[in-house]
Amino acid sequence: MGVEGIGARALRKEDKRFITGKGKYTDDMVLPRMTYAAFVRTPHAHAKVTNIDASAALDMPGVEAVLTGHELVADGIGNLICGWMIHSKDGSPMNMGAWRALESETVRFAGQAVAVVIADTQAQARDAADQVVVDYEELPVVVSTTDALAGGAPQLHPEAPGNLIYDWDIGDEAATNAALSSAAHITRLEIDNNRLVPNPMEPRAALADYDAAEEHYTLYTTSQNPHVARLVLSAFYNVAPEHKLRVIAPDVGGGFGSKIFIYPEEIVALWASKRVGRPVKWVSDRTEAFLTDAHGRDHKTVAELATDANGKITGFRVQTVANLGAYMSLFSSSVPTYLYATLLSGQYDIPAIHANVKAVYTNTTPVDAYRGAGRPEATFVVERIMETAARELGLSPAEFRRRNFIRSFPHQTPVIMCYDAGDYDSSLDAALKAIDYDGFPVRKAEAASRGKLRGMGLSCYIEACGIAPSAAVGSLGAGVGLWESAEVRVNPVGTIEVLTGSHSHGQGHETTFAQLVSERFGVDTNAVAIVHGDTDKVQFGMGTYGSRSGAVGMSAIVKALDKVEAKAKKIAAHLMEASEADIQIEGGELKVAGTDKKLTFTEVALAAYTAHNLPEGMEPGLKEGAFYDPTNFTFPAGTYACEVEVDPDTGKTRIVKFVAADDFGKIINPMIVEGQVHGGLTQGIGQALLENAVYDEAGQLLAASYMDYAMPRADDVPSYELYTTETACPGNPLGMKGCGEAGAIGSPPAVINAITDAIQNNNLAMPATAERVWRASRGVMAQAAE
Amino acid sequence: MYETNYHRASSVEEAVRLLAGAEDGKFLGGGQTLIPTMKQRLASPSDLVDLGGIAAMKGISDEGGAIRIGAGTPHYDVATSDIVRNRIPGLASLAAGIGDPAVRHMGTIGGSIANNDPAADYPSALMALGATVVTSKRELAAEDFFQGMFDTALDEDEIVTAVIFPVPEKSAYAKYPNPASRYAMAGVFVAKTGGMVRVAATGAGQNGVFRIAEMESALAANWSPSAVAGVTVDADELLSDIHGSAEYRANLVTVMAKRAVAAAG
Ligand SMILES: Cc1cc2nc3c(=O)[nH]c(=O)nc-3n(C[C@H](O)[C@H](O)[C@H](O)COP(=O)(O)OP(=O)(O)OC[C@H]3O[C@@H](n4cnc5c(N)ncnc54)[C@H](O)[C@@H]3O)c2cc1C
Repeated sequence: MGVEGIGARALRKEDKRFITGKGKYTDDMVLPRMTYAAFVRTPHAHAKVTNIDASAALDMPGVEAVLTGHELVADGIGNLICGWMIHSKDGSPMNMGAWRALESETVRFAGQAVAVVIADTQAQARDAADQVVVDYEELPVVVSTTDALAGGAPQLHPEAPGNLIYDWDIGDEAATNAALSSAAHITRLEIDNNRLVPNPMEPRAALADYDAAEEHYTLYTTSQNPHVARLVLSAFYNVAPEHKLRVIAPDVGGGFGSKIFIYPEEIVALWASKRVGRPVKWVSDRTEAFLTDAHGRDHKTVAELATDANGKITGFRVQTVANLGAYMSLFSSSVPTYLYATLLSGQYDIPAIHANVKAVYTNTTPVDAYRGAGRPEATFVVERIMETAARELGLSPAEFRRRNFIRSFPHQTPVIMCYDAGDYDSSLDAALKAIDYDGFPVRKAEAASRGKLRGMGLSCYIEACGIAPSAAVGSLGAGVGLWESAEVRVNPVGTIEVLTGSHSHGQGHETTFAQLVSERFGVDTNAVAIVHGDTDKVQFGMGTYGSRSGAVGMSAIVKALDKVEAKAKKIAAHLMEASEADIQIEGGELKVAGTDKKLTFTEVALAAYTAHNLPEGMEPGLKEGAFYDPTNFTFPAGTYACEVEVDPDTGKTRIVKFVAADDFGKIINPMIVEGQVHGGLTQGIGQALLENAVYDEAGQLLAASYMDYAMPRADDVPSYELYTTETACPGNPLGMKGCGEAGAIGSPPAVINAITDAIQNNNLAMPATAERVWRASRGVMAQAAE
Repeated sequence: MYETNYHRASSVEEAVRLLAGAEDGKFLGGGQTLIPTMKQRLASPSDLVDLGGIAAMKGISDEGGAIRIGAGTPHYDVATSDIVRNRIPGLASLAAGIGDPAVRHMGTIGGSIANNDPAADYPSALMALGATVVTSKRELAAEDFFQGMFDTALDEDEIVTAVIFPVPEKSAYAKYPNPASRYAMAGVFVAKTGGMVRVAATGAGQNGVFRIAEMESALAANWSPSAVAGVTVDADELLSDIHGSAEYRANLVTVMAKRAVAAAG
């Protein structure tokens, strides 16, 4: 390892335990006298529960208890909340229906938990769950956004008449309408953004342990933000006050957003552990994961882009209906509003934008943030319509984008965001060069000679990361602040522990955060430990989502390091009888500039703790904490270029080349960033070509296993070519922007733009399955043959 | 998974006896279909009788005009066998395209055909090559063995012990995989054996594997991809699901047939 600072391709410290099978996940935790929970779930998407008969189940071997929503309500366990208030354009607050962790009256999506069985073994719990007899009276079902708003549609919640959660808007409607009515050209596009299942490798799990003597709970769980989980469990679900509840999120095998939220199963596990007086473990199986992990996307949009005679954009009007599923999950309301419509300006200077978003209930799994959360949906709308408009105007898609790029910063868009820095030309240049844009016609002709259709697609995405500053998000309705915390503890022997409110579930924080410390003090990364994921160890923090761990989490660490450095320098100056201003830190030593006097970092740390000789009035020890609240979102941006080859006989698309040119600001570990981009691109390509959470009319999820839900595999994606350009982010001390979601945000439109170019037909739904492409290309082939 | 009793047989007779003694027993081949089904609690046999220890059911032998493949032979062995690669190349390439390496090392030809999944690959090869299925009780022509989706002529206590494939002059398999499961959305096996052409399609039919007479006569007259290019199967007889409509599958059957003929040379 050694000293590996900012910019080093340090190998991941955490990987040894992961690849040798020594990771410790929630399901690896075993407690004495542990029981297992199995949930009784409704097979119907909408039904009244008329009776629950647990008598046979209670007689089964090993069964401790069968609990229903009736007991849950009687014990005062609160309903699930949505933590972001959205007001409709008429000023009324969003219409939120009640969501109980166990629903024993009206169930609203297939897979919703009705009751829970607690037994000695997992098999016994499942066997008994099969024997709980629930009588249902089926109700009519609605699954699509369009149907949900139609007159006479089945109604889900009395609180939300017409299934409408909110009817929200942003931007200047009058100015936008005026721009459209005076436009030289209007490009209109109807766009569906397909529903996705997040599919982290580790399914959700919870292990709850109630200590009756202390009236204290411990919860091990698969969480991206254990403190937020504790806060919500305490403040809203009445499980226990915060000081009586410890939440531990140990190793977590991926989240992609789906593990931000506090789900019914965790609440029930905690509550049941007190009820039965024994620890309760629940581990989701893959089918439960498909049915109950919050889904992503599911938008229906009509977009209209106005341009003048010179190909300059004059206005952009967007109308979206977002399907939030049967209940409002924790941050669901913010995803199709402030995380979506605020990005509709893309990389472009657009004088007037207006967006209207209606959110609706349907009898489907709740929808919430999934890798990108709102920003992929926005990028898909913007970059699909940019490509379409270019084609309609007879301009090269690259040229049309250039004509409209924002080039001076800061830039205030008409939809709240103020872009701080960027250079969109340079990422476009890099991508075009790498994909040999100019040489494309030759490759297209060569492919045509083999009977194949080649296409080229671009996507110039921008996104917003960090999901902060707190005051800003607070004014937009967030129920929490979105800062981050850190504590840096230098031990007496000079090793360092960093306690961070961020949470790593695959991102490699144990490596990148250590690199930051290594850079600052010149110490070996092995002398640095990153501590996270336990509310008893770490100060309150906000967790990891929205690509915020670098820009916000590491900024908090920087602030704490500043304080540690200042104190260490004071001590060193005192010990070496020098002026504080002359102390320099280099290679793990504190030196007096211009002399050969020096102390090792370890000697200074030890001096801080022996406290035999400290400056007058200084407290012993070397440990500092900091909270960091950014001044703005960060704005990663870039260009993705995709070249495809379509086989017109089958409609199969092969991605021949995919180039990503990203501006993430300062990069700490290029290898880890590349890994994030690879994963993001693959998920985005999965959305573009393969993944689709389809429901039938009865509300049954048809793609509820890997036999039917098509995850991208290695041979579905090309070997990516990655480039980075860098404009520093002025909003945080490291100049970082965030890289966790960009791949998933920027790639779908690049792929669809390329396919629609290949088949010369813009009318193509996502995912562009082979059959859809085959159908959409048929007319084209017939024409070519004539 | 529900609890089950596990037995390992060392001969076909012992396996039959063990099953007879079980309340609701099942034979276990490579477990690549049965075990996942049990894990999902969709099957709950009281007893599993593992055929994996029966040496007589394993291996590949060249018997002159025919190749004999023991029912317990895993897909990997079929895919890599020199005998199969030289004598029935279409069969070797079919086996190489089943599932992933783990599945190919565990899953067996006997288990695959006994299960007769409408999207499984092997049934098309047995039909197109005019194979004979040898069981613990009798010998059956492939045509008589497969009886529709997940249905075969096998009795509950009957074990497939081997499959005998006549050696063809030409053979090839072309498969369009389901993007999620990678089973066949449409797979077409073409073979010319003793001057006779047979074409069988899997993955597409509502009743499992089927032969395409019109393609067979077209190819008998003119063995070339263009001969089948104009032949389309009736979409009314085909499967339709979230991955592909019947009409699309009909197209795939024609395209795969063309490609198989081209590959067979
Ligand atoms: C991830 C995955 C991908 C797959 N992809 C494909 C694919 O692309 N194409 C494809 O064709 N298949 C695919 N399969 C299925 C695979 O080929 C299985 O091996 C096969 O279907 C069953 O064979 P088995 O030996 O595993 O049988 P088992 O699962 O053990 O048994 C299946 C059934 O056959 C019975 N049985 C087994 N052996 C015998 C016998 N000798 N006599 C009588 N009955 C018997 C069992 O009782 C059971 O009912 C896939 C499987 C998996 C898990």
